[in-house]
Amino acid sequence: MGSNTHILWFFVFAGLEERVDEYESGTDSDYTQYWVDWFLSRKGNEYFCEVDEEYIMDRFNLTGLNTEVQYYSQALDMITDNLDDNLDDEMREIVEKSARHLYGLIHARFIITAHGLTKMLEKFKKCDFGRCPRVLCHNHPLLPVALSDVPYTKSVKLYCCRCEDIYNPKSSRHASIDGAYYGCSFPHMLFQVYPQLVPPKSTERYVPRIFGFKLHDVAKQHRHQDRIREDSHARIMAGIEGLQQQQQQQRLAIAAAAGSQKKGGEENQQNSNSKSPSMTTESGAMADVN
Amino acid sequence: MAHRDDDIRNLHEQELEEDEDDDALQGDYVGEEYYGSDGTNESGTESMPWIAWFCSLGGHQYFAEVADEFVEDDFNLTGLSSVVPFYKEALEMILDLEPEEDSTKVPDVSIVEASAEQLYGLIHQRYIVTRQGLQQMAEKYQAGHFGTCPRTYCQSTNVVPCGRYDLAGVETVKLYCPNCQDLYSPPSSRYLNLDGAYFGTTFAHMLFHVYPELVPNIQSRIYQPTIYGFKISEHSRSGPRMQWLRTKVDPIRLDAQGHLITAKGEDDDLDEDDKEDESM
Repeated sequence: MGSNTHILWFFVFAGLEERVDEYESGTDSDYTQYWVDWFLSRKGNEYFCEVDEEYIMDRFNLTGLNTEVQYYSQALDMITDNLDDNLDDEMREIVEKSARHLYGLIHARFIITAHGLTKMLEKFKKCDFGRCPRVLCHNHPLLPVALSDVPYTKSVKLYCCRCEDIYNPKSSRHASIDGAYYGCSFPHMLFQVYPQLVPPKSTERYVPRIFGFKLHDVAKQHRHQDRIREDSHARIMAGIEGLQQQQQQQRLAIAAAAGSQKKGGEENQQNSNSKSPSMTTESGAMADVN
Repeated sequence: MAHRDDDIRNLHEQELEEDEDDDALQGDYVGEEYYGSDGTNESGTESMPWIAWFCSLGGHQYFAEVADEFVEDDFNLTGLSSVVPFYKEALEMILDLEPEEDSTKVPDVSIVEASAEQLYGLIHQRYIVTRQGLQQMAEKYQAGHFGTCPRTYCQSTNVVPCGRYDLAGVETVKLYCPNCQDLYSPPSSRYLNLDGAYFGTTFAHMLFHVYPELVPNIQSRIYQPTIYGFKISEHSRSGPRMQWLRTKVDPIRLDAQGHLITAKGEDDDLDEDDKEDESM
């Protein structure tokens, strides 16, 4: 598994380098630069990744966006560098604003595709989205997340998978990015696809003290929190045991069914394979980050 | 920076002259610079005591101005002389006293500056848990001098500086949020050279103990991860595991063991059942 992903990363990086070379040979002035590259290189847009051109070109992926974005077709032309040069400056500015909005909305759809997730994963590993401000998260990298998928409602927030909480971006530049350009699902989709990236959860907690003594009210709340944690842990373990029992029953049923023993064995194996990750829930180590 | 240099030159004028007798040119140069800056910064340089000047420096916004009387009382400084190098010189610098004649053994002014900063920080740690110090810090808290909590659901509530260790040189200053009762790193790197010991482990909690009205009253919310609007089951390998951390219940509703009291106990069970149903 590990070596496979390394090889994959090698190819991704090699591909990136090639592309960079291509651009460098062709970008002597701002005019020859691609719109997307210009957009990504702008300050404050560090959270965006490059959406594949094929993804933008496939109209199916843009379904419904024409009603969201003004001057949709011109904006799309601008993103794909097909816009006529004979627009006046005022119009150009309006179209550019639309293009930025459109790019953001396409971005939200792209980053939860398989390829989009790998691109964002790479940014996550480089800590492009910053690190968790919580002291006990020990600078864990963050991921962008929205609180609403509707544009112009909430700005982007940052999700920490260690404490499972959301934070405001440090810089006001990032704090003004629309959350809809990332979507509510993105970080959770990423961890569903790459569950090995979920860090081991700690029970570490900051304990306030006055002259070395714990505070009674806070200690009570902490005991309550501990109870909730133990309850949920018990529920999860019970759920896993329940699954195991179900599996066992299935296995017995399959074994009992005469004539199809071979086939049953195969299914059995598949089942146990697919369930094994959920059994290692608590020890899901995070080897790649940090 | 210029202010500090001027102050020091003023304090150690005699000393400097003695030291630089052999280098007349440099002595002249220092003199020129000194008088030149005196002309331009007349209002700030001479009239400003060291403590006020120190607290006005960039990155020192977290500091309260320690009252002179507090520093002058030797009892308040018990034990610090063994922690801080060049204790006597540093104390003289903080109190803007003329150095005594035998202080020429100091090798470099910058060392005394560093000692003065450390000494001031440690005095500050003791001062801000006194009645007067708490009051000063409460005013600073209300004015928002310490910044806001980065956690989204804390709704930018004000935070207070807090250390995790009372010994100097262990860790830099952190920020305590009274709403989520957690510690955060300061957002700006300018606070990375402030020692956590300058604020101490006690102060933040003492402040909210003495001024309970400063504790923000924000409805507690826990982030619920969703995919396409559906909550993620806690049985999922990457499902929620840390929601206990942000669970907040009014301590009045809890008994000493952390159980919800009487009628509320049923609520608690209901809540948990609900949660389970939703996540299934």
